[in-house]
Amino acid sequence: MKIATRESFGRALCELAKEHPEIVVLDADLAAATKTDIFKKAYPDRFFDCGIAEGNMIGVAAGLAACGKVPFAASFAMFATGRAYEQIRNSVGYPHLNVKIAGSHAGISVGEDGATHQCCEDLALMRTIPGMVILNPADHYEMTEAVKAAYEYNGPVYIRLGRLAIDTFNDPDTYQFEIGKGITLKDGNDVTVIATGLVVNEALKAVKTLEGKGINARLINMHTIKPIDKDIIIKAAKETGRIITVEEHNVIGGLGEAVCSVTSEYCPVPVKRIGIEDIYGHSGPALGLLAEFGLDAEGLEKRIADIMKSFA
Amino acid sequence: MTNQELLEMQKMACKVRIWTIEGVFHAKSGHPGGSLSAADMITYLYFKEMRVDANDPKNPDRDRFVLSKGHCCPALYAALALKGYFSAEEIKSLRHIGAMLQGHPDMKHTPGVDMSSGSLGQGISAACGMALAAKYDSKDYRVYAMLGDGECEEGQVWEAAMFASHMKLDNLCLIVDFNGLQIDGAVNDVAGLEPLDTKFESFGFEVIKINGNDFNEIEAAFEKAKTVKGKPTVIIANTVKGKGVSYMENQVGWHGKAPNADEYQKALDELNAQLKVLEG
Repeated sequence: MKIATRESFGRALCELAKEHPEIVVLDADLAAATKTDIFKKAYPDRFFDCGIAEGNMIGVAAGLAACGKVPFAASFAMFATGRAYEQIRNSVGYPHLNVKIAGSHAGISVGEDGATHQCCEDLALMRTIPGMVILNPADHYEMTEAVKAAYEYNGPVYIRLGRLAIDTFNDPDTYQFEIGKGITLKDGNDVTVIATGLVVNEALKAVKTLEGKGINARLINMHTIKPIDKDIIIKAAKETGRIITVEEHNVIGGLGEAVCSVTSEYCPVPVKRIGIEDIYGHSGPALGLLAEFGLDAEGLEKRIADIMKSFA
Repeated sequence: MTNQELLEMQKMACKVRIWTIEGVFHAKSGHPGGSLSAADMITYLYFKEMRVDANDPKNPDRDRFVLSKGHCCPALYAALALKGYFSAEEIKSLRHIGAMLQGHPDMKHTPGVDMSSGSLGQGISAACGMALAAKYDSKDYRVYAMLGDGECEEGQVWEAAMFASHMKLDNLCLIVDFNGLQIDGAVNDVAGLEPLDTKFESFGFEVIKINGNDFNEIEAAFEKAKTVKGKPTVIIANTVKGKGVSYMENQVGWHGKAPNADEYQKALDELNAQLKVLEG
């Protein structure tokens, strides 16, 4: 099944709202794109369009939360975390209000809209806010559980959503989500690949192919960027001695640096970061861009193999 | 209001001003000018207008106050202490390390503070969210938000104003403390706002203009605001920055500066003399 995580998010919100009347949803004129329109259709009285005014939307969400509501405020990742960064920092983060922020169209897989809309900095921005929880689910089933977990957690949460329809790979019968607990998708002892979000499945395909080429890589799905799962990183560092991170985000400030901060403090090992190399994206079809930036399965297979040579 | 009520209100405002000076002096920093200009309206809100209970500061049905011009919290803290939310002695540790009273309002740690604020332009949006929550829950509490005149230069104020009007938040009452001065000088020299009344009118607000240092006008404005249906209200209150302390009045230099020991004594002497007159 192919489904974009934004779609999964919209459906999950709708499901949750059935049992929890305190859930309200805000959007900034992008309901059709963030998929909060699914909620809007089901619960028109609980949906508030704030217009193209993201800073005000976050402040309104803060006020709603201060009065006991659980607002989910959605926009594109660029505008939710970029335009409204300071509102999130001061009106939501500082008072630790129970606001959930959803940033859709994250990363270069936005595609044709190009660099102004391809946010590769959202994880970095949100990581700097004390007490912020950051979730970056990798497929439909993970997003569904992440939205529930975000609701159950009392405090600010940022959820990263993708535009591109992607394959599901988790097993809905056995899948379990816990904030701050990475998931080992494949065991291995030569190297640990830690991936997050949309590229997890690409990394999974890559490490499976590499298995047949003599590289036995462990793969961790790091769905929570903050609080980062220290234990699983330290264990991987000790057992495999080297780490490669994979993210559809600037290599500055995202998963890679979060992992480095753990290894450098607790168990120094070589870490190589695969991601967007501190540059802007550009227009093009999403799949073409992922290939160009080396973030599809083939690209990752080659990059990981090359890095393994450099590790030697 | 009766003459007796007026007298009581004036006495309380004088006490708010005294504790404002105490706070800023002991903090050795802070914002006396805009605290003193707003003191009368803050006094009226906490001692006449708002349905609040210092013994039940989290009551979900209470009226809310958001000090969007958060730097003027010395006056808010004074009113909260005098209302009984916490001991007035707390005010003497304002801005100190480990103190409850932060340099800008902190809802997590200060009883009676309904919203953390201080970054200008943000409190008004939170107030909109609170007013929306009341509508959503069919509750009758009202939400008050006080903005500085200089604060109205922030774009977010107008995003929020559009939102409040679009959502017909008639349970929201904004107060603009129009003392005419901001850090860099006169508002009209820095980035003129006028005509502020027609700006708010065109954004869909009921606009009430008053002298914000006159309790009869303050009362009339808040009473009128409660009768407005289908749209939010803004009270544009002309005030004197530094009101009540002669050498601070209308002086831009007292926007964000603490008095030294001599100035502190002079301010207290003046305010205590005013209080003595009021107490007969």
